[in-house]
Amino acid sequence: MSTQTVSRSRVDIPALLAWFIVALVVVGLFCPIFRPDFRVMDVPRLSLCLVILAIAAVRYELGFMRNRFGDLMLGVVTAVAAWLLIGTVSNHPGDAALGFWALTVAAWASAWLFVERLASWKSASKTTERLINLVIPALFGLTLLVLWQIIVTGAGIPKVLLPAPSEIWLRLINSVPTLWADFRQTFLKAVLAGYAIGCGSAFLTAILVDRVPFLRRGLLPIGNLVSALPIIGVAPIMVMWFGFDWPSKAAVVIIMTFFPMLVNTVAGLSASDSMQRDLMRTYASGYWQTLVKLRLPMAMPFIFNALKINSTLALIGAIVAEFFGTPTVGMGFRISTEVGRMNVDMVWAEIAVAAVAGSLFYGLVAVIERKVTFWHASVRG
Amino acid sequence: MTSLAGAKDTEMVEKHTGASPDRVIDIEKLSLTFETGDGPVHALSDIDLKIEQGDFVSFIGPSGCGKTTLLRVIADLEKPTAGKITVNGVSPEEARLNRAYGYVFQAAALYSWRTIASNVALPLEIMRLSRSERQERVARNLELVNLSGFEQKYPWQLSGGMQQRASIARALAVEPDLLLMDEPFGALDEIVRDHLNEQLLQLWAKTSKTVAFVTHSIPEAVFLSTKIVVLCPRPGRIYDVIESDLPRERSLDIRETPEFLRIAHRVREGLKAGHSYED
Ligand SMILES: Nc1ncnc2c1ncn2[C@@H]1O[C@H](COP(=O)(O)OP(=O)(O)OP(=O)(O)O)[C@@H](O)[C@H]1O
Ligand SMILES: [Mg+2]
Repeated sequence: MSTQTVSRSRVDIPALLAWFIVALVVVGLFCPIFRPDFRVMDVPRLSLCLVILAIAAVRYELGFMRNRFGDLMLGVVTAVAAWLLIGTVSNHPGDAALGFWALTVAAWASAWLFVERLASWKSASKTTERLINLVIPALFGLTLLVLWQIIVTGAGIPKVLLPAPSEIWLRLINSVPTLWADFRQTFLKAVLAGYAIGCGSAFLTAILVDRVPFLRRGLLPIGNLVSALPIIGVAPIMVMWFGFDWPSKAAVVIIMTFFPMLVNTVAGLSASDSMQRDLMRTYASGYWQTLVKLRLPMAMPFIFNALKINSTLALIGAIVAEFFGTPTVGMGFRISTEVGRMNVDMVWAEIAVAAVAGSLFYGLVAVIERKVTFWHASVRG
Repeated sequence: MTSLAGAKDTEMVEKHTGASPDRVIDIEKLSLTFETGDGPVHALSDIDLKIEQGDFVSFIGPSGCGKTTLLRVIADLEKPTAGKITVNGVSPEEARLNRAYGYVFQAAALYSWRTIASNVALPLEIMRLSRSERQERVARNLELVNLSGFEQKYPWQLSGGMQQRASIARALAVEPDLLLMDEPFGALDEIVRDHLNEQLLQLWAKTSKTVAFVTHSIPEAVFLSTKIVVLCPRPGRIYDVIESDLPRERSLDIRETPEFLRIAHRVREGLKAGHSYED
């Protein structure tokens, strides 16, 4: 009890949210839900929606079932409400009125309340904690998608401006072969090859720069200059040099990824402190031994920083580079042609693929980073 | 002189041929001035010091009087601005390249991506010792500093004192004839410190190592040393050199004897004088 009074002395967000939901449900009860015509079947569905949301909120306020089971029930109720809202609004596209929006906001608030409750689960076991840390961002993304779906259909936003997630999903599953071919062309060929060559050669250059000090003054400014070149200017030139197919895109990716990797590796190689280097000196350790046993491990956090930055830069570079001439396949190519044909859902499907691929790529690098730099203060926690 | 480099136990070499064959460290008129942004800092000035094979020399003096700097000069981590120094009859750089000494830093300086065992094995890897030899030395020296059982821990999982003990094990694992130790036991509690003092003394008596040892503790200095060098600051120089006539074989009880207290008193007087320069 005493801990509760402490937390109540500040703003009690869950309580505020619960009252907010109740208030919105009252608004939803007394305002028109859809504008011109109102079908009979919508009455029971929406009233059900109203009732469960109200119960969910009031239950929390009354302190009834304020435990994990109650929290899970709240999650289920929120999901059902969201599903009902999506279902009814698809029958009345563009006709949503004040009452409907109030219910939408109420559903959103109860999703928030659910996440708020989840975050407060203090669990003993590490795996549940890790699970919760995964579930919370997933719920966040899901809420965004649901809101997107409801708002786009409810307000009747034209498809060319912004298609609903359901339409994008339909397009996505109906064009898997095209999307796969584009993915293979852009990601598996251009991005991966360019990333590997760009990061690898930058790493070797960094060691060269480190070994031969005068290069530092000569090469670093040139690297800086190259990285400042606008991709829009470089891409057509690379197409002229290396042809229409993926090697020219890989070349653009190399140019984009080279400099961040070079600068970070050079900085990382001087990250060891003087006592650590003195220690190696007292062992009469040679340049390569010191490099392998001290300076490279110390540089790893910097190197992985560059690898993470580059994982997203590489994808952007390859896609944009395809705007300047490709064979008739590739994610960038597809985006530019489908925009011209007003097939916006296909553009969004490509964007979704790119977002997922980019996140997974980044995530993979981040996982390897945690394994390699487990000893670093920022990881060992 | 260089011909005597490896000949530390050649008895037939006459003492008067310049440097003594038993002379491990020979410092003559050595000075070191750091050029800093706000003027020169005279860290060491006009140091004359000879350390023979088998000596245990302690350096004691107020903070900032140049104890670390002197040790670093011997270890070739710092270049003197004037004067001469030889280590094992050769320049400090050559001695360092011969791996003539083990150095214990004022901080543990363990590598946090290596376990305790592989931290201790680090110098042995650099010396390209065989795997079995490495394992044997790591086990033996961790045992010596009471860290058996912590082989697979990482440095950041250990207390500061345990880290410092690991760094001592790392220096000992090199099995050098010359040990340079910069306040190695500064971070330890009295009991552990006494224990390690005894261990170090035993090791020294057994192996005829030469030790140069920086400390802030008068009893520690007197208990361990055959020679105590009292330094004073601004500029850092030698104030007093006290040859101890305590027997080589000592136990902790010796700290109650009148001879011990007499030497401790003289060290204290020297330190006081050094401190009075500061005002
Ligand atoms: N790299 C450096 N650059 C400039 N000045 C330095 C440097 N290293 C040491 N000094 C100066 O030299 C003097 C002696 O320093 P030193 O570290 O040898 O002292 P110390 O006797 O070891 O002190 P403590 O007992 O606190 O460890 C100090 O005044 C210090 O400021
Ligand atoms: Mg010091």
